Amino acid sequence: MSFLQNNLLSLMMIMPILGAAILLIIRHNDPEIEKRNIRQVSLLITSITFVMSLVLWAGFDNSTSAFQFVEQHAWFGDISYYVGVDGISMLFVVLTAFLMPIVVLASWDAIQDRVREYMIAFLLLETLMIGVFTALDIFLFYVFFEGGLIPMYLLIGVWGGLNRIYASFKFFLYTLLGSVLMLVAVMYMYLQSGTTEIPELMNYSFNADVQSWLWLAFFASFAVKMPMWPVHTWLPDAHVQAPTGGSVILAGVLLKMGGYGFLRFSLPMLPEATIEWSWLVFALSIIAIIVTSLIALVQEDIKKLIAYSSVAHMGFVTIGIFLLNTNGVEGAIFTMLSHGVVSGALFLCVGVIYDRLHTREISRYGGLATNMKIYATLFVLFSMASIGLPGTSGFVGEFLVLNGSFAYSSWIAFLAATGVVLGAAYMLYLVRRLIFGELDKEDVKAMPDLSLREKLVFAPLVAVVLWMGIYPNSFLEPMHASVTNLLETHFSTDVTHAAASTTGVPAGR
Amino acid sequence: MLFKLIVFLPLVGFLIAGMFGRQIGDRASMILTSGLVSIAGILSWFAFFDVTAGGNQYSVHVLSWVTSGTLTFDWAFHIDTLTAVMLIVVNTVSALVHWYSMGYMEEDPHKPRFFAYLSLFTFAMLMLVTSDNLVQMFFGWEGVGLASYLLIGFWYKKPSANAAAIKAFVVNRVGDFGFALGIYAVFLLVGSVEFSTIFARIGEFETATVSFLGTEYHAITVAALLLFVGAMGKSAQLGLHTWLPDAMEGPTPVSALIHAATMVTAGVFLVARFSPLFDLSPVALSVVTYIGAATALFAASVGLVQNDIKRVIAYSTCSQLGYMFVALGVTAYGGAIFHLFTHAFFKALLFLGAGSVIHAMHHEQDMRKMGGIYKKIPLTYIVMLIGTLAITGVPFLSGYYSKDLIIEAAYAADAPGAQFAFVMTVVAALMTSFYSWRLIFLTFHGQTRADNHTFDHAHEGPAVMTIPLIMLAVGALAAGGYFASSFIGDGRFAFWNGALVTTAGDVMDLAHEVPSAVVWAPFIAMILGLFISACFYRPQIKMPAVAAFGLAVAAVAVLVLVPSQYAGYAAVAALALSLYVLFGAWGWLSDDLPKRTAETWDGLYAFILNKWYFDELYDFLFVRPAFWLGKIFWKKGDEATIDGFGPNGVSALVAGVAARVRKLQTGYVYHYAFAMIIGLALVVTWFMMQGGAH
Repeated sequence: MSFLQNNLLSLMMIMPILGAAILLIIRHNDPEIEKRNIRQVSLLITSITFVMSLVLWAGFDNSTSAFQFVEQHAWFGDISYYVGVDGISMLFVVLTAFLMPIVVLASWDAIQDRVREYMIAFLLLETLMIGVFTALDIFLFYVFFEGGLIPMYLLIGVWGGLNRIYASFKFFLYTLLGSVLMLVAVMYMYLQSGTTEIPELMNYSFNADVQSWLWLAFFASFAVKMPMWPVHTWLPDAHVQAPTGGSVILAGVLLKMGGYGFLRFSLPMLPEATIEWSWLVFALSIIAIIVTSLIALVQEDIKKLIAYSSVAHMGFVTIGIFLLNTNGVEGAIFTMLSHGVVSGALFLCVGVIYDRLHTREISRYGGLATNMKIYATLFVLFSMASIGLPGTSGFVGEFLVLNGSFAYSSWIAFLAATGVVLGAAYMLYLVRRLIFGELDKEDVKAMPDLSLREKLVFAPLVAVVLWMGIYPNSFLEPMHASVTNLLETHFSTDVTHAAASTTGVPAGR
Repeated sequence: MLFKLIVFLPLVGFLIAGMFGRQIGDRASMILTSGLVSIAGILSWFAFFDVTAGGNQYSVHVLSWVTSGTLTFDWAFHIDTLTAVMLIVVNTVSALVHWYSMGYMEEDPHKPRFFAYLSLFTFAMLMLVTSDNLVQMFFGWEGVGLASYLLIGFWYKKPSANAAAIKAFVVNRVGDFGFALGIYAVFLLVGSVEFSTIFARIGEFETATVSFLGTEYHAITVAALLLFVGAMGKSAQLGLHTWLPDAMEGPTPVSALIHAATMVTAGVFLVARFSPLFDLSPVALSVVTYIGAATALFAASVGLVQNDIKRVIAYSTCSQLGYMFVALGVTAYGGAIFHLFTHAFFKALLFLGAGSVIHAMHHEQDMRKMGGIYKKIPLTYIVMLIGTLAITGVPFLSGYYSKDLIIEAAYAADAPGAQFAFVMTVVAALMTSFYSWRLIFLTFHGQTRADNHTFDHAHEGPAVMTIPLIMLAVGALAAGGYFASSFIGDGRFAFWNGALVTTAGDVMDLAHEVPSAVVWAPFIAMILGLFISACFYRPQIKMPAVAAFGLAVAAVAVLVLVPSQYAGYAAVAALALSLYVLFGAWGWLSDDLPKRTAETWDGLYAFILNKWYFDELYDFLFVRPAFWLGKIFWKKGDEATIDGFGPNGVSALVAGVAARVRKLQTGYVYHYAFAMIIGLALVVTWFMMQGGAH
């Protein structure tokens, strides 16, 4: 057990690489059997990794804010292979490992060309994503963070739709902008502090003037990843062109890296700049919530609609993070986890009908409730989770963020909460056009309901969406110690208990 | 255990019928769901008598829910008298509606789905009323919204049903937006979302202020008004009422259960539950009074001219909810819940009766195509008559006790808006009587306007439909008289047992001591409404016209005696109206009084027929601009500006690749990937060198 304890994170990262290596040597005369073997090995490997992530969760100590499952091996110079998880990152690792087998299963029939390369790209991506969430060396983080873009870039560029080149080019361009600025900041921080270790950098206080510049450099990178308005326009194109599996991972995990980056770097390392610039984050987030919700309302492409809704949901996340109170930050993390599952599920839903009709145009569908009953039920369920219906995962995070924001400023709560109304409008309008209405199109009539494989894909997602909605404490408890520590260590000016402190004030005034 | 059974049995029914409905078949699904809800209903009555007669309160913890910072709340029940009343209302009506639906939905191919939704609704409503904290209440609140959405859109192939379902959900979301902000405001103030803590501590914050949208306000008023916005949405009060009439697209049993007896009263329940909070804010109470009174009058006025039998009843519901809010606003909380209670019986009865008519008439809902069918469906006719007598407030029927109390309390209250509410509710009582009788006359009396085939085949429903009608009729007849003393009489202190704010010498005591003119006012309004209705729709009988005129004179006398600022105007209006009717009935104005009246007052007629143009106004103010802005932000914002100056602009600058890039083959993808890898390698190298240097 102690070997496992001491090496679990490395094993989780090695496992997919091992899988990729196995895929390279799988050969068979019959290409169909070869493909089948490739898929089965991929499923097995990602499932093993997922089981390991559950071991990680089970072994995680909720009571401490310290990094756990830490491994450190000197590499060269100041740089070391240094990984570990705390309450902020642990569940992102689980989320990543959870979505991977689902993605493999969802790509079973949809991907027929270059299956080997496709699966290898995903497996490498998994290693890199786990690396991002576990790296405790800023340089290691940067390598994982940027390296993760390459497989995703290839997934869009090679297995994408008709306009994939434009989409991947846009993705590349935006990311490049952010990366370069972040790289400069990382280099500066290293030269200034003489260390690349994240826990040490968290305790290093940078000069206040410099903080602003560093903060903005990180912001450029993370804001693109979130994505925040107005650097979000790569996302709809990337989603539209990406294969279903790519969209699931893009929405489910890659979008979470920006939020994670804010929590891991901007807040603890640059606290003064964080407070100074929070107005900017709030303004952009509120614009994102309102503007992209309105844009989602008029979309004619299903994937674009869900992509825009993601931008709106991420607006809640960025607001929550920068509220710097417990409800806000925990709500933001919870929203990211929930969105990872729900938007992943919604993209899978799109994939199901795309596989049947090969169009994402909303008006080509309609009346699916008649011939695809199980599908219709699932689609409505996930839409409700996206809308934030209490009892589903979508509610808890939004509720916490809004509660935290009301304590911070009622304006933020008021404006952000309009997204709740708009969210219902665009999702239900989508449901109406896809699921309800008369089933009058011949090609839509011919679409069969979910196959057994598809049901298997959705079953765990349904379970998690409801679990997160009904008993969210399972997910909140691991966060408490780390979030409290983050806020109390770096923002001791009593922002944490804003709600409690203002309670006493009004009576006096 | 008892309460867990009451709440979760309908959930079990929903899950089984919803997931395995097709496997176990229609009949099993129907009997299972109806049976489980019926068991919950019977248990609710036990619980009710245990709580009220035994003076007990219960707290049941089910599961912890959320803990984050100082915010913590659980899945838990708190059962007091208010909850117990709601339990019997919800479960009784729900059980009857389940059974009734077996007959009504007989020919529908999707019975398991329908019954599953009904049970889902029941479960959510029970979670709402049993909650011990604001967030679980919000869960039930949105849960009933979901069930309502699914049931309004049950016939999902109808575009109108889909539109109505979305409208209901989105308009309710506007209310929920307020509700959610209200929850945050309460938490900010008290530091808890649990009822026991909130009500124990709220007194400490009587003078507290809070900054809301940049201005300092009285904190409790802000919280109360935000919560009230939620109540307005769910209970279809003026401004957020537009979804309710459209909700009639759903099957009629749904209208009876959700859009009359239970869900729409959730707003009333919310304000009553928060009576300790509202009681500390005279401003919030006045707002409640004004909105309630305006809704009572507005909805009744629209109800006067509707031709769809269900829409008449829908507006009637909206109007009666206004009465309940008036009661809350003037702090007659017990009166509001009493009216909620009696209204549940007679309004569910009217809706199910209307369903029986629609069932008999082969799904015809237009009253202009009915008439004369009392011979064909006498039982339905009789129970509808009972419902009408109850809603119009005929003495000793249910509505009489609750509605008259509200009118008297409005008169007795000494608060801003109360006098306005008094006049509005009396006028609305006249209108209520008019449209209720109009419905009876048009549907059941006179020569039939239905085609021969439909008329000849009109028949009473099976026993599963008639028995619930009879049971509700018993409730409409007797529930008021039987429970009046407990809910609003001298027994109310022991009965409510602290569940509502009840103080000796409160407005409900004052309401029993108003001048007799006030006591007579709703009665006269009711009779007047009946006679005017008779003049309009049974013109061959001259008697009512004479009587109406006589009564109008009496009304004028009474109103003059009422020392109220509005009474004089009301007296003049009543006299004028009666003269008009008298002349009309004698044919001096016209042979066809309804038609002639509509033509004479065509502007006013169009205004109320078009529901005061609320839908058009909202379409103009919100719906169209939302789509228009969405298009602008998308095409002009994202595509033209951000992409134009951003990636597309950059790529155009960089050697004009944008145009060429689209044509390129996948080879270039690898080039970029390769470039990224090279970039990373450079970074690695740099760090290595730096690392070595240190």
